[in-house]
Amino acid sequence: MSAFASQFKRQARILTRDLRHRQLIRTALRNYEIARDQRMAAFQDWQMARQAAAEMKWEAVNHLDQHLAEFADKLAARGTKIHWASTGAQARDLIVGIVREKQARSIVKSKAMTAEEIHLNDALEQAGFNVVESDLGEFIVQLRREPPYHIVFPAMHLTRGEISELFLRKLGSAPTDSPEELTMIARRVLREKYIAADVGITGANFAIAETGMVSITENEGNARLTAALPKTMITLLGIEKILPRLKDLALFLPMLATAGAGQPLSGYNTLYGGPRQPGEPDGPEEFHVVLLDNHRTQLLADAEQRDALHCIRCGACLNVCPIFRNIGGQAYGTTYSGPIGSVITPHLRGLQDWKHLSFASSLCGACTDACPVKIELHHHLLQSRRNASEQKPSLFERFAHRAFAAIANRPVGWSLGKKLVRLAQPLQRPLKGTGLDPARAWTKTRDLPPIARETFKDWWKKRQ
Amino acid sequence: MNERENILARVREALKTLAPPPGSRGGIPAHPLPPPPVADARQWLPAVGNTPNDWAVLFGKNAADLKANFELLNSADEMRRALLRLRDAEGWKRAACHSGRLTGALCPMLDIPLLRTDQPYDIHALEACNVGISECDALIAQTGSVLVTCRSAGGRALSVLPPHHVVLAQRDQLVPDLPAAFALVKKKYAPDYPSMISFITGPSRTGDIERVLVLGAHGPRQLTILCI
Repeated sequence: MSAFASQFKRQARILTRDLRHRQLIRTALRNYEIARDQRMAAFQDWQMARQAAAEMKWEAVNHLDQHLAEFADKLAARGTKIHWASTGAQARDLIVGIVREKQARSIVKSKAMTAEEIHLNDALEQAGFNVVESDLGEFIVQLRREPPYHIVFPAMHLTRGEISELFLRKLGSAPTDSPEELTMIARRVLREKYIAADVGITGANFAIAETGMVSITENEGNARLTAALPKTMITLLGIEKILPRLKDLALFLPMLATAGAGQPLSGYNTLYGGPRQPGEPDGPEEFHVVLLDNHRTQLLADAEQRDALHCIRCGACLNVCPIFRNIGGQAYGTTYSGPIGSVITPHLRGLQDWKHLSFASSLCGACTDACPVKIELHHHLLQSRRNASEQKPSLFERFAHRAFAAIANRPVGWSLGKKLVRLAQPLQRPLKGTGLDPARAWTKTRDLPPIARETFKDWWKKRQ
Repeated sequence: MNERENILARVREALKTLAPPPGSRGGIPAHPLPPPPVADARQWLPAVGNTPNDWAVLFGKNAADLKANFELLNSADEMRRALLRLRDAEGWKRAACHSGRLTGALCPMLDIPLLRTDQPYDIHALEACNVGISECDALIAQTGSVLVTCRSAGGRALSVLPPHHVVLAQRDQLVPDLPAAFALVKKKYAPDYPSMISFITGPSRTGDIERVLVLGAHGPRQLTILCI
């Protein structure tokens, strides 16, 4: 078992028993489902919209080379500097290089999961720069020096009391139990940072090939400010964010808001097509776009699971997942948690190290149903299990299956086996789940119902 | 340039195998490629009604749900009075605006110091304004959104930095839905698009603390849309 797997199992064991933690998740997600269902019902046809969105993403991802080149060329034509990074390290070096060249004193950042993925903040801090997360949830988890708990709701595991205590300790603010007052404390602190910042870093939700624009979705206005005030703007995005046409957003923006947070549309959906253009009064003098591969092409090469690159990071699959709802976001130990994280992490960070996530699923399919772009999430978990065992077979399992087949294929063996199992079951009961039980991994947390005293075959024979 | 070629080469190599079409549950790859998807999202998105009147009613309802303030007025003079009422109620000392048909005619009548953001301006001065008054490109009935660009609405910061954003709009700017809004953007600007195009849907909001809705997280706490 990899170190990541045993860490995951340990965390999962602790957290499933933590009733307070589970209650917090339930409270946080209670209203989400109601609001999401209402918004879905407002669509004339949500299912057809999902199919259309899946087809648009299919087209985008399966012609990624053409769309990426068009996106980069169109954006560059209007004065944006395009950078390509094959690895996380390259992207970090590129961004640290830009920040260093600008001699930045302070940097504001709006939410970007790609930046979490490549640990950008650590790299900037090590290079001596000060980065402030401006999204409220991200600001809170940054003060706690924690990774975000959820890709859309980064601080959903914290209560107002904990946040008030944190602000008191880190910002010296007066304690309060009002979410509104806490938000205003953060607003005041961050407003000063904005006015002083010379570099702004953002992520992006979509990249429009047709017009060469990045599209950023948010509710708070922090990304708008990040793109308005600092002299230099840097946007980091994965190469899979492409949509071919501008008008595709007419479908994707409301679907993202609906699936992500049960909103008709997020507060601000903004397209950026370059730095400040001639005749425009404000905006950054320089706009850098960093396109990140970081193993995405490896996932792209797996045609079977390629649709995992359709993901628009709405978080819907996390919100409905019975595993996520019991263990929460941090137990995964990954940047992307929940079902989509369990599918893509083995591609991004190694199948053998992360295959345990494919087993952290009840295969109920709630994730696949919730996905607005119809990613076959739970099918991919099964495929990953298959790939992992093909790549590195477990000799014990192989032996066990062969032995079972050898017995079950012979009528004599089968009927003898049935009798033996019926006799052996009472003997196993006192050992169940202990170190002496050969099936411990399975029986520790599960009960095998008593085997019927009579087989169907015997019963049928007696009736004749 | 080199890394670009490396990445694109890996992409091309990966795409040599075709992926199963969406919804096929891992079925057989389609050969040849399926036709491009139907492009008009209108048929699936929330219904909006057929007449401009329906759209105005829907916009008003959506704006109210979003906790934005929407007033449908009959004349420029009513708009002026609405602005004066807001000025007095909130005690505006300073306003920011840009030149435009409506803003240019009405903002000077507020009789308070005005900061113009369509020419070089000081960010601290904008931060000190009580209100940002802008025009827009469109109002979108389907979502209750205001479409602004840095060219039509006084730059990037005016509509997001001051604590109150007031939009001065005209009835003929009301469009039914998002597809119409994107068509309008294309028709009005292509190929020379403004560097920022934003769909503003309600005042700035967050639910990051216990999923409780709080307005004014970073951007304006209030959004007022006056339409004649």
